[in-house]
Order: sequence, then C-alpha cells, then structure tokens
Amino acid sequence: MGPITTGHYLALSAALLLIGVAGVLTRRSIVVVLMSIELILNAVNINLVAFSSNAQNVRGQIFAMFIIADAVAEAAVGLGILIALFRNKETILADEVDLLKW
Amino acid sequence: MVSALDSLWLIPLFPLIGAAVALLLATFAPGRGKALVSVLCPGTVLLSFIASVSAVAALAKEAARAHQVIFAPWLPSIGAEWGIYLDPLSAVMILIITGIGFLIHLYSVGYMAHEGGYARYFGCLNLFVFFMLLLVMANNYALLFAGWEGVGLCSYLLIGFFYRKHAAAAAGMKAFIVNRVGDAGLLLAILTTFAAFGTIRFAEVAKAPAGGASMTLLALLLFAGAAGKSAQVPLHVWLPDAMEGPTPVSALIHAATMVTAGVYLISRSSAIFSLSPDASAVVAAVGAFTAIFAATIALVQNDIKKVLAYSTISQLGYMFLALGTGAWWVAIFHLFTHAFFKALLFLGAGSVIHALDGEQDLRHMGGLKKALPVTHATMFIAAVAISGIPGLAGFFSKDAILAEAFRSGSTALYVVGLTTAGLTAFYMWRLMHLAFYGERARHASAHEGPWTMRVPLIALAAGSALAGWIGVPEQWYTPAVFRAFPLWIAPVFHQAAHAPAGTPMEWVLMGASAAVALIGVTLARYFYHHRPAMPASFEQSLKPLHGILLNKWYVDEFYERLFVSGLAKGGGRLLSHFDSGVVDGGVNGTAWLTRLSGRVSVWWDEWVVDGAITLGAYFVKLLSYPARLLQNGHLQSYALIFAMGMVALFSVYVFSR
Repeated sequence: MGPITTGHYLALSAALLLIGVAGVLTRRSIVVVLMSIELILNAVNINLVAFSSNAQNVRGQIFAMFIIADAVAEAAVGLGILIALFRNKETILADEVDLLKW
Repeated sequence: MVSALDSLWLIPLFPLIGAAVALLLATFAPGRGKALVSVLCPGTVLLSFIASVSAVAALAKEAARAHQVIFAPWLPSIGAEWGIYLDPLSAVMILIITGIGFLIHLYSVGYMAHEGGYARYFGCLNLFVFFMLLLVMANNYALLFAGWEGVGLCSYLLIGFFYRKHAAAAAGMKAFIVNRVGDAGLLLAILTTFAAFGTIRFAEVAKAPAGGASMTLLALLLFAGAAGKSAQVPLHVWLPDAMEGPTPVSALIHAATMVTAGVYLISRSSAIFSLSPDASAVVAAVGAFTAIFAATIALVQNDIKKVLAYSTISQLGYMFLALGTGAWWVAIFHLFTHAFFKALLFLGAGSVIHALDGEQDLRHMGGLKKALPVTHATMFIAAVAISGIPGLAGFFSKDAILAEAFRSGSTALYVVGLTTAGLTAFYMWRLMHLAFYGERARHASAHEGPWTMRVPLIALAAGSALAGWIGVPEQWYTPAVFRAFPLWIAPVFHQAAHAPAGTPMEWVLMGASAAVALIGVTLARYFYHHRPAMPASFEQSLKPLHGILLNKWYVDEFYERLFVSGLAKGGGRLLSHFDSGVVDGGVNGTAWLTRLSGRVSVWWDEWVVDGAITLGAYFVKLLSYPARLLQNGHLQSYALIFAMGMVALFSVYVFSR
C-alpha cells in the first residue's frame, strides 16, 4: 500500500458526506439528524485540513476551527429547537412534524 | 306770541313721562312710591288736559281750523312720518281722552288703593293715554296704526292686570287675538291707501280725488279694522271678556275711549267712505245689527259689568249705524255723550263692586240706594241719559242717529234703532232696579268710596246731564251756542251743520224715540218693582230664548267650534297629518331609499367585489396546487430536494465538460 495521499483524505471526506446526507434524509429521529449534520460538517473539516496540508499553508486549518465552533453553535441551537418542539408536539420524530409549509 | 298750537307735542308727552316713571318704579322698586304715582300719573293727564284745552282754544281762533305739524320722516317708502294733525275731530277726541281720562285716573287712586301692582296699573293706564293721544293726533294712517297697536297692547296688559287669575289672562289673550283679525284689515287698508293715493296723510287723502283702486275694498278693509277695535259683530266677542280687567280700565278703555277708535278711524276716513255707498251700507247694517244683537244679550246678563259691556257694544253699533248713513258728526256726537254716561256707568258699577267687596252678580245686589247715595244719584243720571229720556245727553245724540237713520230712507235701520232704544232703556233700568232698589241685600258694610272716587262720579254725572245741550236738534230753534257741536265738527266732513228741512216729521220721530225710551223704563219698573216674580216666570216660559240670550247667542261656542277647535286644533291636526305623512314620510322614504341602496351596495360587495377577489384567489389556489404538493412541511423532504438539487448542479458541473 502506498502512502496516504490527499486523494485518500478526499475519499474519506466524500464517504462521510454521503453517510451524513443519507442520515439526514432517512433517519426519523431529529437527534440523529443533528448527529448526521455533524458528520457532514466534519467531512468538510477533513477536506479543509487535507487541502491545507497539501497546499502547505494554515488557512484551511483555521477555517476548520471556525467550522468546529459553528458546529457547536448549530448543535446548541438545534437541540434548543428540539426541546421546544418536544414540549409543544410531544415528539422528536421529523416525519411527524410538518410545520414548514405555507 | 307763543300759540298753544306750537306745543302740541306736549299733550302726549306728559302721560308718556308718567308712564315711564311709574313703569320704572314698578320694575325696579315694586310696591314703593305709591304716593308719587298717585299724584304724578293723574297729574300728567291733567296737564295734558289743560294743554289740550288751550290747544283747542287756539285752534278755534284759527281760520283754517286744521293744524298740521310734521316733525320727521319715519318710513318714507309708505309715506309714514312723525306728525301731528289737529282739527275739530281730533280736538274732540283729545278733550274726551284727557278729560275723562283724568277723572278715571283720579277714580283709580281710590279704587286701586288696596290692590297690588299699583305703579304697574298707573304706568299702563298712562301709557294707554299716551297711545290713545298718538292715535287721534297722528297726521297719517301709519302713525295712527302705531297708536292703534299701542292701545291694543295697553288694553291687553290691563285686561290681564290680575294676571294670576286664569280668566283675566285668557281674556287679555282673547282681546289681543280678536283684535289682530281687524288689525290685519287696517294694515292692508293703509297699504292700499298709499297705493291708491300715494300719500297716507289724512289731510291729503281727504282731498285726493277718487283713486284707481276699488274704494269699496279699501273702505271695507278700514271697517274690518274699526270693527275689531270697536267690537262690532262678528268681532265683538273680546269686549265682554275684557271686563276681567279692573273696573276703571273698563270705563276708560273699554267704554269711553279705545273702543271708539274705530268710530274715529271711519269718520277720519269719511272721504273714502263717501266714495263707496256699498261699504257705507255694510257699515250701517253691521252697526244696526250689532246694536240690537248686543242689546238683546244685555237684557238677561247677571254680571253688572257684562250688562254694561254689551250696552257698550250696542251703543257702538249705534255709532256705526250713524257712520254708515253718512251722519259723521252725529256719530262723533254720540261718541262724545256716550263717553260721559258709559264711563259714569262703569265707574258707578265699580263703586258698587268696591262697596260689596268684589261682588259683581246683580242677583246678589239690591237696595243699595241708601248705602250708596252718591253712586245711586250719579248712576241714576247716567241711566236716564243712556235710556234717551229727553233732556239728558243720550237723548240728543241717540235721537240724532235715529233721525239720520230715518232720513237715510231705510225703514229697517230706523226700526232696528228704535227697538234697540227701547231695549236699552229696559236693560238699564233692570240693572238699576236689581242693584239699587228692592230688597236690601245682606251687605251691612257697604259704603261709599273715598272722595277720589266720588268726585269723578259727580263730574261725569254733570257731563252726562249737560253734554247733549251742545247738539240740540235744529228744529228747536235755539241760539247757536246750543248747536256748538255740529257747528264745530261738521265742516271736517264738508257737511252742513244744518239738517235739511222736514220739521214736522222730526218732531214725530223725537216723540217716538222718547216714547220708546219711556216704555222701556216703565216696563223695567213694572217687571222688577211691581211684579218681582214676573221676570222669573218669563224665564220659565221662554226658557229656550232666555238660554240663547244668556249664552250670548252661542257666538263664543260657535267660534270655539269653528276657529279654536275647528281651524286652530283642526289645522293643528292637519299639520300633524302633514308632519307624520309628508315630512316624516319624506324622511322615512329617504331612510328607506338609503337602506335599499345599502342593501344593493352590500349585495354588490358580497357577490361582485368579494366574488371577484374570491374568484381570483380561487384560481391562484387552483394553480398553486402542484406547488403545494411539493411543499409538504416535512423537513426531510426539503432536505431531499436540496440534496437532489446539489446532485443535479454537480452533475451539470461534471458532465458538461
């Protein structure tokens, strides 16, 4: 086996993205949906870090830091919404809530 | 030399000052200044009388015997102005007004001593004298009309003097309203006069040739005014009710002066009446009818003042009879003598009422001759005078009227006049018998009034006895002084003071009227003295007739039905119908239309406007159906679309190379 190249990282990232997207689209529990979103974000992080390494500069890594912070914020807000939703609707299943229409 | 004619304006000014002082006193210090008023108010009229006498004396010295003073224009558009006109006719009037007015003021001092509103009473009485003087001294119809309305106002105020008494207030109102009917005629007459002659000055109207407008119409309009003020049928109904006022007021206003204003007006307009024989015939007929009509009512009235009131109407009827036959000076002569004896009768009645503490019903009187010797003696003279017994004032004037009626060629007028003379004598002596003779009524305290009441009675009694002697008939061949009245006044009417010849007939007529008067007196004496039970038995056997007379021929009831309930209330009902039908109908109709248009508008809004909007919305909704299917609200379906979109974009990016 050869050395681990940027292509490997990109493949891993793509895999994580697809897994995350599949989770977001298919799982009923919003908690799991949020976790899947974390996967997508981390796929992005891997991409950034991989290119940062490949390009020999630190910019990509700094962006990854931003995304980690963003993910934290997103999780906090998402879980807050989830709790509010549960209090009102007695459910955390995405397919039982259809409020996002006209 | 200052002639009294230069200060004519003083004559009405004096009573005006008195009225102003008394009325101000009555307004700002009620109940005070009684002594001042008692001296001032009769005093102003006395001054006015003195001024009148000197003015008339000065006038007598003038060759023209007419004096006109014009002070200022007033309403130039109808020729009205402030001016005074003094001729023998107005001279007689001002002497009557101020002379008898003064005596009645003096009498009032005693009569009203115990009544409230003393200053108000004298204020109104003085104001009346002022307006009456204005009426007779005016040099044109408009100023006469001002005085005419002024005396009407004072009459109203004094009839309603005891305003807390409902009957008095109502009587004042009635007098005012009935007079309005006549006044409307007078007002139209004034305007017609101006239209016909272009002037309303008496002196010029009298000289103007026959105008274009119908003189008969003008004369009848004037007569309407005169009939209202002088209580001629059919406008006589207010005068008996006017007896609600204090008795001296009845004497001054409703017997001696104001009610004769109509006679004055017509004799002042003699030029116009001379041009219209038809109108003169109407005046004579109405006068004759009024004379006998009122005399029949006076036969049975039980209220002493009502008897005198109907007597006044009857005597005024005589005056109109004379006016209608063109015997102008005779009418004024009767006005002159009547003023004395009728004022005296009223004052005597007032004295009786005063003595009996307000009792006015003849049936409760009797035997007052002993208790009231002065009143009895003076009233006796007045009753003789009015009855037409030869020698006293009434005989001369009434006989002159009857002679003129006979001379006019109308037997009917003469017979009516003669019959009325008999009725007059009868009802007057019925009154005398019921009040003064017969059984003594239970009025122990009856006593004569103070000297202020007795002196006017005596003065007027002298007048009643002697006033006729200045107008004795031609055929008596007396010295000219005994014919002073016709000699003095007849030139005003461009008439000869000398009656046409026909002397034997005159003596027959005179004998007839004297005989009729004596028959009346004797019958009354027979009925009420020798056979006191007879009147009652007559009443029983002639009950329907007696009822009709007692109820004054039901004229008041007729007017009540026709005008008050009929026209006024019926008119009110009609107006009410108009209101509820037409006016309310209009409002309701408008409201109905508004509601209808509202409904249409609502329908339009609901179906057309809303319909259009709903239809548009419905189309949008219909068209949006597929879009709505896409937007199902499920988070994950959106995410799927998002993902598929990303894939699609990515595919484009990848495969489009």
